[in-house]
Amino acid sequence: MDKTFVNVDGRDIPIEGERNLLELIRKAGIDIPTFCYHSDLSVYGACRLCLVDIEGRGIVTSCSTLPEPGMKIRTKTEEIREIRKIAVELLLANHDQSCPTCPKSASCQLQNLARRLGIEEVRFKRTHTPAPVDRTSPSLVRDPNKCVLCGDCVRACSEIQGIGAVDFAGRGASSTVVPAFGKDLSKVECVYCGLCASVCPTGAITPKSEVDAVWRALDNPKKKVVAQIAPAVRVALGEHFGMEPGTVTTGQIAAALKAIGFAQVYDTSFAADLTVVEEANEFLDRAERGERLPQFTSCCPSWVKFAEQYYPDLLPNLSSCRSPQQMFGSVAREVLPEKLNVSAKDIVIVSIMPCTAKKFEAKRPEFKHDGIPDVDHVLTTQELGRMIEESGLDFKRLEPESLDMPLGFKTGAGVIFGASGGVTEAVLRYAVEKISGVRLDAFDFRDVRGEEGIREATISAAGKEIRLAIVHGLANARKVADKVRAGECDYDLIEVMTCPGGCIGGAGQPVSRDPNVKRRRARGLYDSDKMLELHKSQDNPVVTQCYAKHLGEIGGEKAHALLHTHYASRKRIADTDLDLLNGTDSDKLDVSVCVGTSCMVRGSQELLHSLIDYIEERGLQNAVDVRATFCFEQCDRGPTVSVGGNVMEKCTFERARKALEDALGKLNSEEVKVEN
Amino acid sequence: MKTAVINLDQVSKEYIDAANKITRRVVICAGTGCVANGALKVYDAFLSETSAAGVDVVTELRAEETKGDLRISRSGCQGFCQMGPLVTIEPEGILYTRVKPEDAAEIVRTTLIEGALVDRLLYVDPVSGTRCTGTAEIPFYARQSRTVLKKCGHIDPEDIIEYIAAEGYTAAREAYTRMTPQTICEEILHSGLRGRGGGGFPTGRKWDLTRKQPGPKKYVICNGDEGDPGAFMDRSVMEGNPHSVIEGMMIAARAIGADEGYVYVRAEYPLAVSRIRKAVTDAEAMGLLGDNVFGTEHSFHIDVMEGAGAFVCGEETALIGSIEGKRGMPLPKPPFPAQSGLFGKPTVINNVETLASVPIIMRMGAAEFRSYGTESSPGTKTFALTGHVVNTGLIEVPFGATLREIVYNIGGGVTNDRGEVTGESFKAVQIGGPSGGCLTEEHLELPLDFDSLKGVGAMVGSGGLVVMNKQTCMVRMARYFMQFTQNESCGKCVLCREGTKQMLALLDDIIEGNATGHTLEMLEKLAIAVQKGSLCGLGKTAPNPILSLMRHFRAEYEAHVHQKRCPAGECKALAIPEIDPEKCKGCTMCAKKCPVGAISGEVKKPHVISAEVCIKCGACVAACKFDAVML
Repeated sequence: MDKTFVNVDGRDIPIEGERNLLELIRKAGIDIPTFCYHSDLSVYGACRLCLVDIEGRGIVTSCSTLPEPGMKIRTKTEEIREIRKIAVELLLANHDQSCPTCPKSASCQLQNLARRLGIEEVRFKRTHTPAPVDRTSPSLVRDPNKCVLCGDCVRACSEIQGIGAVDFAGRGASSTVVPAFGKDLSKVECVYCGLCASVCPTGAITPKSEVDAVWRALDNPKKKVVAQIAPAVRVALGEHFGMEPGTVTTGQIAAALKAIGFAQVYDTSFAADLTVVEEANEFLDRAERGERLPQFTSCCPSWVKFAEQYYPDLLPNLSSCRSPQQMFGSVAREVLPEKLNVSAKDIVIVSIMPCTAKKFEAKRPEFKHDGIPDVDHVLTTQELGRMIEESGLDFKRLEPESLDMPLGFKTGAGVIFGASGGVTEAVLRYAVEKISGVRLDAFDFRDVRGEEGIREATISAAGKEIRLAIVHGLANARKVADKVRAGECDYDLIEVMTCPGGCIGGAGQPVSRDPNVKRRRARGLYDSDKMLELHKSQDNPVVTQCYAKHLGEIGGEKAHALLHTHYASRKRIADTDLDLLNGTDSDKLDVSVCVGTSCMVRGSQELLHSLIDYIEERGLQNAVDVRATFCFEQCDRGPTVSVGGNVMEKCTFERARKALEDALGKLNSEEVKVEN
Repeated sequence: MKTAVINLDQVSKEYIDAANKITRRVVICAGTGCVANGALKVYDAFLSETSAAGVDVVTELRAEETKGDLRISRSGCQGFCQMGPLVTIEPEGILYTRVKPEDAAEIVRTTLIEGALVDRLLYVDPVSGTRCTGTAEIPFYARQSRTVLKKCGHIDPEDIIEYIAAEGYTAAREAYTRMTPQTICEEILHSGLRGRGGGGFPTGRKWDLTRKQPGPKKYVICNGDEGDPGAFMDRSVMEGNPHSVIEGMMIAARAIGADEGYVYVRAEYPLAVSRIRKAVTDAEAMGLLGDNVFGTEHSFHIDVMEGAGAFVCGEETALIGSIEGKRGMPLPKPPFPAQSGLFGKPTVINNVETLASVPIIMRMGAAEFRSYGTESSPGTKTFALTGHVVNTGLIEVPFGATLREIVYNIGGGVTNDRGEVTGESFKAVQIGGPSGGCLTEEHLELPLDFDSLKGVGAMVGSGGLVVMNKQTCMVRMARYFMQFTQNESCGKCVLCREGTKQMLALLDDIIEGNATGHTLEMLEKLAIAVQKGSLCGLGKTAPNPILSLMRHFRAEYEAHVHQKRCPAGECKALAIPEIDPEKCKGCTMCAKKCPVGAISGEVKKPHVISAEVCIKCGACVAACKFDAVML
């Protein structure tokens, strides 16, 4: 077929399947400005910066226009330059402009464009009115004062993660992006993955920093501060200092941390090896019994929270293994006091993670013992980068140092955890050897590697087939979980990672819009695996010693106490009860009716109205408290009504009325008794 | 279940036979305007007064034996809202205006029984002073050519049979049983019908594009989200003749191959919602809507959806989003709804008035339709005439009617602030609401149609016509519309969301006397950027009032900016203080305090302030001990 062209500023650029003019113009080497275009998200067309002038058609947004052969476009006419300037000035006029103190200062798109477009003054009135900053989330800070309403976070959360924890509210100039009901981020279904923060062009959503707390701990002479470094960090931190993505900088990180004042520097990959052993055994055990299959991985805290919120029925299918971060924490508390000759409470464990949700995970109550969390602080790759900058270290020139023993020793299996498919491959390296009873020399399982959002593979071992699914992005996880729920698939093991590409694409990593960056980071991890001496977790001698000395049997009682956890159904929206009737009697009866979507479509609102009418008709207002709640998470069995703590599923008005009468009758008869 | 195919001719004949027994009919306007003024009480009063007078009354006409030869019915909007509640007596065509329930007894006695007129309830033409018996004598009606609105003020909108008796649904029958989708599109294309919602896109072409899209599932949407301030054309049609809209939708569905349709109506139009709902239910009951329409293999179902109050949902992609349950925000086009509309399927979305015109065209034929209006804009157009004119209300004129005809003949002339017609009060007309532009004296002879208006920087829009007299400040006018679009911007695109807010702030500066030459320059630049760069029609047209008013009344804007003077005298912040000669003692205190020497006068005699010199600082007001200086 003959090539067709679009003429861009006088040059003919071939059309090669680009989805829109913007991609074609960028291919021509022109970085057309935009806030709201992301190649992974739907076209939105709101920022009005990617405007171009098409001969015969006038000014259009290039993101929403298909390239057509023969088009003649100009990208920087006087008219377009003026509109772009005005658009950025309008945003600045409504922005709090506290740029020097903004966490996004160096990488802010708004700042960058203002500079690129040569904006030297804002010709409009300042219209910005301050709004409160939401710091309630353990992982993220939401600062509406910096928001430019490009909707990138909204689309990322709903399109990639299938959640929609933030969305637009209000109209016109009072439009805002907020969590449901304008609540705090910590009170809604946000899984803290931070994808919103990594797509945000400004500082409106940023990872929450724990840098100061870590500095304070380092400055405390009583404390011994130790670090664990997650696999994905070592292939990305270099980018913060201008190095190529994928450059493995484990040695420099160790050197930097030591220079900063960390007593010991260990590797989360060691704990990943432990995870492999526990999780693979758990899987083989389930497979043998034919129970709770498919087994879902559990090392991604966002996925765990997601499952707790949306798939409580599938929680038994999640591996009960803690994530490597938390395994490291509990094992370190067990092993280090003796080794470092310091009491457990004086050890401060700091994780360096590619992830914002790990901050939330470390704060889960299950991972706190005697008031001490297993992991004290979680720093993202970006935060470590800033600490190194603050220390005045020249990262690139640091002489590499080795990690400390014993918890710094890992195999390649523990390193590839950082890429999508890595956990599966590491488990296979263990499980296939164990099933077949033959030592595995070819340990690469390339079938499970890749970039597709949902990948399937079947691996044979000693005549047995293991059917695998590897998923990243929670919207994809939802698709697979729905199939599992419906019994429409027969996977044995399902790996779920929330971030696109796995942990290497985590929101704590240096921000990049180049899709190649993730590819190169993954390559860095697989190369790292090759460079290591050992590649299978079962070959890690420290792991073996650890079981012998501290953990006992694999999957045994002690191992369970230190390496496993449990999950529970979780409300998506916390404390949203609406008081409808406020009883005044001292022993008033609590009645709540779920008005969540699922219950509502099953008639809960009508039920609520009838109930209130009934109560008012009977003059019982003082004897009951009626609340609309949201929700009991029994969505498929609604409407759900609770009368005096008695939760009724598939409730009808008649049943609710009966329960109400019974409960009130009981109260009254007790009263009568007292009077008698 | 298969419903028997309805025989329209039979239904119609039976109704007409029954109607022939009726010699007189009282039609009480039950449009929103008249209802608000108590029309339903008037209706009840007629029923009780006739009963008290022993007159037998028919309220619902059916083939069965009916008692009596007087019929009392309600109609949709009769148009002359300002004079409501309106009561028409047929066959004489007497129109009583501003009828109160207590007038019913007199009308029953004098007109219905004695056959005489109740003079005091007749309309008096303020220009000639003559008492008008019926619509034919009232200039407001006589100069119109009511086509789409013809049946609105006459038939009972809640009676499907009456609509059928007036040839209703015959065009749909023709479309389903004798025509092909292609011939329907051709007929509409030949008629030259253009979208009445504002854009003026040829309806036939829209249909034909959608018809040619592959795929079994397509939709027809009726856009009844009329939101321009002061515009109520669509509401009147939905309230007054809902079946014409449904019939138009059926024909559109047949033309493109759709089996499902939605009527999207503003929730703020409760009467329109309930009348459309009833019309759909009645049409279903008659077997006109549903499966196997007119016995063919085609089916067509209609759902009625209420909007949630956003003006932007009148924009087609936002409207589609709203039906889908999403936040109503426009999407970039392409793809156009014809390609990918509701639920991603090809969709035709037409305005109420457009759809109501369709059955009329089908019945009269494209050629006959073209005999109305102009070459490029055939047919008639409804307008909501408001502002400083004698007669306000809903009017319908052929395209090509001049502004003078509408303002002076139908509207009865321009009034000044005291409500008097002086012949010299006309200043401008804002046409097309917040998206439109203004027309001035130089445009009085301009034949109004889609293209001529576009040529002078205005637009038909949805048809709002606000007449302004000389006491109207053109800066405040622009501010009024900008306030509206600013409130109604969906907030999606930067230029519209932030741009309208800043334009409003700049206009406020002008009105408050804080503007400089820079203000006007920025206002113009910003207006052009918003016009050229916004995402949807709302944003692109939001600056139209400013640009058009600034073009035609530049001097007035400059007076505000450079002389801090409001020529129309409306801007209070720019008002020059005045000294009341009665109260002024000539103490000279104000003159001493005046920093620019604007006050002069002899001692112990009333002083005066020079408007040219005064800077409106207010020092004189503060200085006067006798309250003689007033702002």
